[in-house]
Amino acid sequence: MGRIKTIARRSFLIGSAAIAGGVAFGVYAVRRTPDNPLEDDLAAGAATFNPWVLVDSEKVTLITPHADKGQGVMSSQAALIAEELDIEFGQFETSFGRPSGAYWNRGLSHETVPFAPTDERWIANTMRDVAGGAIKLLGMQTTGGSTSMPDSFDKLREAGAVARETLKLAASQQEGVPVENLSTANGAVILPDGRQLPYTSLAAAAATVEPVTDITLRPPSAWRLIGKPMQRLDIVAKSTGTQQFGIDLALDGMVHATVCTSPRRGGTLDGYDATEAMTMRGVSDVLEVTNGVAVVADNTWRAIQAINAIKFEWGPAPYPAEQADHWQTLEDSFTDARLDSTWRDDGDAASTLADGDIVEATYRSPYVAHAPLEPLNAIVLVKDDSVEIWAGHQSPSQVLIEVGKITGHDASQITFHNQFIGGSFGHRLESEFIKQATEIANQMRGTPVKLTYSREEDFAQDFPRHPAIGRARGKVDDGKVVAIDLEIAGTSVLTSQLGRQGISLPMADPTLAAGAWNNPYDVPHYRVRTYRAPELMPVSSWRAVGAPGAGFIFDTFLDELIHAAGADPIEERIRLMGHDVSRKVLEAVAEMSDWGGPLGENQAKGVAFIESFGVPTAEVVQVTNTDRGIKIDKVWVACDVGTIIDPINFENNVQGGVVFGLGHAMNCELTVSDGKVEQSNYHAHEAMRMHQCPEIFVRGLENGTQVRGIGEPPVPPVAPALGNAIFAATGQRIREMPFWNHVDFA
Amino acid sequence: MKITVNGQQHEVTVEDDMPLLWILRDELGYTGTKYGCGIAQCGACTVHLDGFAVRSCQIPASTLDGADITTVEGLGTPDAMHAVQQAWVDHQVAQCGYCQSGQIMQAAALLETNPDPTDDDIDTVMSGNLCRCGTYPRVRAAVKTAAANLKEV
Repeated sequence: MGRIKTIARRSFLIGSAAIAGGVAFGVYAVRRTPDNPLEDDLAAGAATFNPWVLVDSEKVTLITPHADKGQGVMSSQAALIAEELDIEFGQFETSFGRPSGAYWNRGLSHETVPFAPTDERWIANTMRDVAGGAIKLLGMQTTGGSTSMPDSFDKLREAGAVARETLKLAASQQEGVPVENLSTANGAVILPDGRQLPYTSLAAAAATVEPVTDITLRPPSAWRLIGKPMQRLDIVAKSTGTQQFGIDLALDGMVHATVCTSPRRGGTLDGYDATEAMTMRGVSDVLEVTNGVAVVADNTWRAIQAINAIKFEWGPAPYPAEQADHWQTLEDSFTDARLDSTWRDDGDAASTLADGDIVEATYRSPYVAHAPLEPLNAIVLVKDDSVEIWAGHQSPSQVLIEVGKITGHDASQITFHNQFIGGSFGHRLESEFIKQATEIANQMRGTPVKLTYSREEDFAQDFPRHPAIGRARGKVDDGKVVAIDLEIAGTSVLTSQLGRQGISLPMADPTLAAGAWNNPYDVPHYRVRTYRAPELMPVSSWRAVGAPGAGFIFDTFLDELIHAAGADPIEERIRLMGHDVSRKVLEAVAEMSDWGGPLGENQAKGVAFIESFGVPTAEVVQVTNTDRGIKIDKVWVACDVGTIIDPINFENNVQGGVVFGLGHAMNCELTVSDGKVEQSNYHAHEAMRMHQCPEIFVRGLENGTQVRGIGEPPVPPVAPALGNAIFAATGQRIREMPFWNHVDFA
Repeated sequence: MKITVNGQQHEVTVEDDMPLLWILRDELGYTGTKYGCGIAQCGACTVHLDGFAVRSCQIPASTLDGADITTVEGLGTPDAMHAVQQAWVDHQVAQCGYCQSGQIMQAAALLETNPDPTDDDIDTVMSGNLCRCGTYPRVRAAVKTAAANLKEV
């Protein structure tokens, strides 16, 4: 355990007061188990034992409420239930289920308290429990923060075990055989004489039995699914074009809509001329939505053609019109008044850095788009007494709230059908597209409306990763790093994101410091302070949220200090590391990458380590400086999620995170001019393509004590590792992303 | 205008400039072909037109009379997969899967004309197909497996 000596006192006090307010609802309310939504429309003869398992005479259905946006959690959630339920892939169906408080995300409690994930002291765990209580009371069903597995690991195995034991009890009563003489396998209860009773045949009997809750989870040595290679349940559909995404759905009588909202985000629609659009083939309506206009047509392309034919007058942007002024706003935010929190203050950085040889540097992390390949879309059908929504979203509980605000329907009248999502990276935590589809559908009640964004609208209306500037000062002594003092100014993701939900952030924004303060290094003098800049363009959670920016700033500066000290980049990181699990990932990546081994001409390696979402992750990037620019040859990743659910999906997620982190560090940024985002499509925000993709080698360690998610942690270290490799190969230190403003890539 | 999609003839009456992508998706209901960018930057809409891989978002209706089109649904089905699709399953390439129809159609066309592609060939031909999830290492491996399996047949 590293010495995380100083907690963020100010945010802790404010945050805990706000969280404790939730407990005022009563301990009983927190302890009470939310109702099982599967009981609401349970057919006769069907049995449900908890919110995740439904058995009827035809089939077993497992509810996998975490949204699947490509990370494969539909399969992982099902595997956790199936592990204890003794049922195999192919023997059950899955459903995302209906939104319900029963699906509150207990994993989020780790992301809402001001403690490093490596901090396992009593006070840290207690505050996580308190935060969990608040999340439960709010019924927050949200997928994000790499929390799906931390949330699900125990509770879905328990759900499977409860269902299994209850089915056994039902079989026992039906057959007159003691429970202890029954076993289960392949979706059936097995009698002592070898006869198999499929769970489906026991549904009616099980429906009359109180669920058995006295269960014991199996030890890892007994697992038959967890930790073994699985075939993802969606892999055949996604390899044959038969996987339906939200954008592929069609309802009888459905119309196609598209929107154009003020490209000056949050600015007004001052006027528009749709005369030509109204005459275009297939166009049936032009309607106003908040700060924009929708075209309704009989075909998506016709709707997009028509919206492009409308002449708009937009009001000014409620933020500076030019990018340079956004950077200037951040520069001007390093003031006492804007100090958001001191996240860490080990030793005495202030006096250590008062004199002597100081290493100083300034870094920048830009706005970046999510731009998942499936453009935003939603189908909404509003009737006087009901609303139905078909869309992919990461927070179903939020969808019900937002839709109800627009149509006036009670949550019980609103049905949300979550869909497979064609990529998100955080984009579908936002609800504007569903709100707009609802605004349109509410003006044409009784008709299903499918809203599809053009790619250009998707870029223009993204809520990008927040921009940040880092000012770093540090000191080395006798070949060692002795002091790091980081100040980071940025716009606040949580202020912006929660603000759109009408909530004001009750604490310092941990995302500004994530990846910078929580790395469990024992640097003698280690201080991290953040400054919350005034809100600029709206921003949101982008895969790994704060850590890609703040982590880039932290680790690049650490690399500069190590270079100044004349030490070896990995050896010095290992020497400084105060956390065993983290040290082992650094040692693993050094071994995997043959660190210190022979290199080709103009070839070099760089390393970085960032802890995010509880996952210590070390990555080595090898580059060659060629005539055509920097060629990224290979990447090695070692990280620790405690327990790997499916090693194949794990590797795919890590490789994907590396590609995602590299591509955006190479060539992606959004810039503002005339109040509008200048990049309109992938030609201007390309990220990585096949010919640039390195070989990526992955090793998952399992020394950590808790199960962690792998969706985000591979992203943050790879940008600094690439920059550190470029420095090692060329001597050029790049202190801002994207790197292509300074080097070419082959 | 008459076009053939996956062996089935369709009579379509649309504007001259409506791209094939939208004829497939919104007029005929072949939703395996995806809309990603509309400007031939992502490759999600890749189909075979008279045997060649094309970006269907760039092919206007006016050029399509008599065209023979294969979409991902026509390449193979879950019960009878094309060798490329089988390789995609074996390597578990997909994450979100949204780009994979285009990747698969591009790879199938590559192996049709070049049964034994080098790594450079694969990189060159596949670099027009964007994958935001970053499945490229698995795409590369699956193309090689499909090539090997097709040669054995």
